Amino acid sequence: MPAGTMAQDEKPLLEVRSLKKYFPLRKGFFRRLIGQIRAVDDVSFAIYEGETLGLVGESGCGKTTTARCILRAIDPTAGQILFRTAAGDVVDVATLSEDELRPLRREMQMIFQDPYASLNPRMNLLDIVSEPLIVIEGIKSREERVQRVAQMLEMVGLRPEYMLRYPHAFSGGQRQRIVIARALVLHPRLVVADEPVSALDVSVRAQVLNLMLRLQQELSLTYLFVSHDLSVVKHICNRVAVMYVGKLVELAPTEELFARPLHPYTEALMAAVPIPDPRIRSAMLPLEGEVPNPANPPSGCYFHPRCRYSQPLCREQAPPLQEAQPGHLAACHFAGQLSLRGVSP
Amino acid sequence: MQEQPILSVRDLRTYFFLDEGIVRAVDGVSFEVRAGEVVGLVGESGCGKSVTGKSILRIVEPPGRVVGGEILYRPQKVSIQKAQQANGFVDLAKLDPMGREMRSIRGAEIALIPQEPMASFSPVHTIGFQLVEAIRLHQAVDEEEARLIALERLREVGVPSPEQRFHAYSWELSGGLRQRAIIAMALACNPALLIADEPTTAIDVTTQAQVLNLLRSLQRERRMAIIFITHDLGVIAQVASYVVVMYLGCVVERGPVEDIFHSPQHPYTQALLRSIPSLRTPPRSFLPAIEGSIPHPFNRPPGCPFHPRCRSFMPGTCDRQQPTLQPVQGLQWASCFLLHPAPQGR
Repeated sequence: MPAGTMAQDEKPLLEVRSLKKYFPLRKGFFRRLIGQIRAVDDVSFAIYEGETLGLVGESGCGKTTTARCILRAIDPTAGQILFRTAAGDVVDVATLSEDELRPLRREMQMIFQDPYASLNPRMNLLDIVSEPLIVIEGIKSREERVQRVAQMLEMVGLRPEYMLRYPHAFSGGQRQRIVIARALVLHPRLVVADEPVSALDVSVRAQVLNLMLRLQQELSLTYLFVSHDLSVVKHICNRVAVMYVGKLVELAPTEELFARPLHPYTEALMAAVPIPDPRIRSAMLPLEGEVPNPANPPSGCYFHPRCRYSQPLCREQAPPLQEAQPGHLAACHFAGQLSLRGVSP
Repeated sequence: MQEQPILSVRDLRTYFFLDEGIVRAVDGVSFEVRAGEVVGLVGESGCGKSVTGKSILRIVEPPGRVVGGEILYRPQKVSIQKAQQANGFVDLAKLDPMGREMRSIRGAEIALIPQEPMASFSPVHTIGFQLVEAIRLHQAVDEEEARLIALERLREVGVPSPEQRFHAYSWELSGGLRQRAIIAMALACNPALLIADEPTTAIDVTTQAQVLNLLRSLQRERRMAIIFITHDLGVIAQVASYVVVMYLGCVVERGPVEDIFHSPQHPYTQALLRSIPSLRTPPRSFLPAIEGSIPHPFNRPPGCPFHPRCRSFMPGTCDRQQPTLQPVQGLQWASCFLLHPAPQGR
């Protein structure tokens, strides 16, 4: 199928249902349980084959925890993570055992944020990129590994001759290409990218974004793209989900979300992004206050203490995430009734 | 007609003497700062923007050293011995970094907002203690007066209930509040020049917008000059009035913010502005990226530092000679042979 097009009519590749991840909060000598941090609190969304879903929010909103639960890097507290395998079966990743997960690892891979921390400095490129081949595919022959790695390096724009070099010899952008090569060497179908360009320099960021777009088309990949940077998310995603204190507050196709946001938090988040144009200065409209502590969130809608449009109802009742317009979900009592400002294209 | 600058950096050179060789972190940087002006120093990692800021404050850690150039500063309140002055300017590059003069300027005249607020406060002293300490270092006031000034500063930067925060430790504050406390600390002695080194890099966008608005209003009220160091072109466009674009220790272009963003002259500035994804670019399109990566500081290319990545590279010129910063139009300067042909013969 052509990559980059939306295939809503198809069955989702991944469907997350009521995902929860609570971290216990302990105190004192006996590590008494004094509360819970609801890092991810009842999050549901679906990702369709070939699309890029963006997950945005500020630090501590639970976007990385969500991504890690999907890959079972950490175990979710509750909820379902339904993944459609290449064979066509639907499995619940949340309940599988380590052994049952192993064949799935080939289909789901991760790209990490910091290319300086995610590559072992004592391994050369051949070992780094071919490690998944050894672990998952059980390939022992060096020739085959060399061949597969060379092919992969070429694909991400690195010269295969560099295969025997160590990570220290590469710049940040090149290292991120190595991380991408390692993630893609097993030909996964779902790639979870956690802030893949945040640690990179501005001039290199564009290269890596272009690479990710190109690889998605060539290998028909599906991306879950986690980022705090709205400009990057707008650039690369088909649909965007906005998170705030462990909950999804809005989910919509990218252009729709940016042109007509339905949740006041999304509006505030977009207004806070500095626009690289000195002629548009007054636009920056800061949101008052701070992100609440997820161990002790406010009543009702978590956003109400900072919301400009807050009503008494918002303090009492938590709004559910509902389809306000076709394909556009928002968790706000007044979705559609407020005239919120988006970003004009 | 421009007024006299309060700071004039001329051909500043700061090198790091490592076992592996010399890193020319800042290699001939020149710019000026006027009262009430926000000068943005922008560039990618390794371009020398932070080292430039540290050089002005003379806090470059060894093995780094200011090896050449002038940092002419016009003191606004601290009196410096006549011998050190020329036309009201002191050359900070000539002062002893540990000497009495430099210490009296640092904090009182030129203050710093450091990049990492967590690492900048002492974890074992309260915020109030550290503010009072800074105030009493530069002003002849007693404990109680200093406390009142400190509370006033905390209030100015929008810290809610400053009387309580005064007794808080830095690690008890949230990221946004800690950043405000750091700004209060920098403003403690009413500096004439503030050097803000990536003040919003470690915080979220909504908090960043708060901090940028705060800096903008403080700057307007006090007519303070700010050197704003960042890699974020969006932030620069929002706060700076004059922009200095750096690449590998050199200034490639500088000019008023409007000109830099709407009529960039240097190929690096042009390429950089094209390559950033913005809320206004069409989604899922390929960005015009700059090829290659920033060279390692030990392998600095000869000639123009940007030539290996430049689309308009002219063999025989750009890789042989280094262009110098020259005026292009109005207050805009650029250092490129496309704009100023290389001198004939060598």
